[in-house]
Amino acid sequence: MIAEALAGLVFLPLLAACAVAVVPKRAVGVFVWSGLLPLPALLLPLTEAVWREGLVRLAVAGFASPLGIEWRVDALALVVLWLNALIAVFVGLYAARDYPPGSARGGRFWALWLLLTSAMNALLLSADLFNLFVTLELVTLAAIGLLVIDGKPAALRAAMRYLLLALLGSLFYLLGVALIYGQAGTLDLYQAGERLGPGLLPVTALVLMTMGLLVKSAIFPLHGWLPAAHGNAPGPVSAVLSAMVVKVSVYLIWRLWLWLAADWQPAWALPLLGLLGAGAILYGSVLAFLQVRLKMMVAYSTVAQLGYLMLLFPLLGPLGYSAASYHLLSHGLAKAAMFLAVSNILAVMGTDRLDRLAGADRRLPLDTLTLALAGVSILGLPPSGGFVSKWLMLQAAWAIDGWLWLAVILAGGLLAAAYLFRPLAVLCARPATAQAADDGSPPSATGLHWSGVVALLLALGALAAGLAPAPVLALLERGLPPGILP
Amino acid sequence: MSHAEVWVIAAAAVFGIGLYSLLIASHLLRQLIAIKVMGSAIFLVLVVAAGPIDGALDGLPKALVLTGIVIAISAIAFALALLVRLAEVTGSTSLEDEADDDR
Repeated sequence: MIAEALAGLVFLPLLAACAVAVVPKRAVGVFVWSGLLPLPALLLPLTEAVWREGLVRLAVAGFASPLGIEWRVDALALVVLWLNALIAVFVGLYAARDYPPGSARGGRFWALWLLLTSAMNALLLSADLFNLFVTLELVTLAAIGLLVIDGKPAALRAAMRYLLLALLGSLFYLLGVALIYGQAGTLDLYQAGERLGPGLLPVTALVLMTMGLLVKSAIFPLHGWLPAAHGNAPGPVSAVLSAMVVKVSVYLIWRLWLWLAADWQPAWALPLLGLLGAGAILYGSVLAFLQVRLKMMVAYSTVAQLGYLMLLFPLLGPLGYSAASYHLLSHGLAKAAMFLAVSNILAVMGTDRLDRLAGADRRLPLDTLTLALAGVSILGLPPSGGFVSKWLMLQAAWAIDGWLWLAVILAGGLLAAAYLFRPLAVLCARPATAQAADDGSPPSATGLHWSGVVALLLALGALAAGLAPAPVLALLERGLPPGILP
Repeated sequence: MSHAEVWVIAAAAVFGIGLYSLLIASHLLRQLIAIKVMGSAIFLVLVVAAGPIDGALDGLPKALVLTGIVIAISAIAFALALLVRLAEVTGSTSLEDEADDDR
């Protein structure tokens, strides 16, 4: 049962992607939804098993490691799998408006969408360093394919830069894998961790792999490619890029440092990784505040929020781990909602320049509400998932007297308030002179379209994450990385 | 100098050549070729670093390199397609003369 569920997570979307590419147009919809909608249902038995046993292992096709590839699901992988399933389904429902499954451009979009979903699920399941490289490449290629699906010049340029850097990042990761294999004689992440010890070569390999992944996850100061890519992608693609694609690389950095190198991680590097995060929070927030385009502001906000994920390293401990994992979840939901709302605003107003959006809330009440609610979670006001994670993170910093980290987290919250209140103030502004946007016209039909409801549901999900965090936190506590004691 | 060291030095040299061309090239085609060259150096390391363990030849690194080559070809093919499209749409084959994309 569990084996079937695990296989379904990867192969259902993968087979659907292949089918979408070849079946006649009118049948595409059936395959798209049969590839996406069962994903949450497949996660239910897995959730039950992880809750009961803490760790689910499966040797794919019966070949045990080191020869075969092992799949492992622990609490962290499960949480990210849930996020991926929710994003794939909900953002997918939204995307069905822009890319109808029966249309010419819909076919290409959905094949890539399903491939991306499948690749990310495979990445989250895998415990094999080389298999992780393969899935990471699949994620990158599918994501960049989606980014250029409309063929806009700005998106093409951003995609080319993203692709070059991602390829370079993959090379560094692969070089690290080669060194690890040369030392440990195995590619299994957990076996290799046990066989290696502190030393020049393993640490070099770890640093190389981390550098590659830092590029792919756009951690400051290697974030250069992200704003243009996320800010120029089609709406639903921006949502999945920010909510999932960059996160899986950070997830992999966590896997390497907290699992592979649990016993031999170089202690001097932990504050350095934290400083990268702090730089991301401050720099990303300030630049988000300076943007003139709403979508670019949301993209820079992603640069800033990714920084919190790196604060796990200096705040290493049960609290810091729960906080960072929960941040990954709540930011994923909130940021997806935010990009979808912004995409609606862009579609209806014809622009996302902040100086031309005054009074947009009259025409787009639903999307303005979504933007505000998602903003609540991003800046960490109660009751929201963002509040829970930042509160836990503050506690973790407090517990180790990490005043620098405490100050950075608080400053990040204030800066987030600054850059998020600015567009809301503009959207709700009432110009003194009568303008077209404020002529008392009723809310437009597009503003109340069901795709807006989907975005609102994601934002409400981010809020709900703040009301009932207990089950997820309890689950995470059962799967603490080795070396972190509760 | 041992057999392995020669290959590692060769790999480092190839990697350096790739990195150098990547840094000085502005044409995207040259940059892609540079990345491809760096990739070949890493495949070389993968074969050498894994090496024969206890005198027995280990087949796994060869399988990895084969898989790696397939992935590299797909990625480069995708990048070339993207480059062609970029040149068609923007008329530019470099990222350096980038215009401001504000609408």
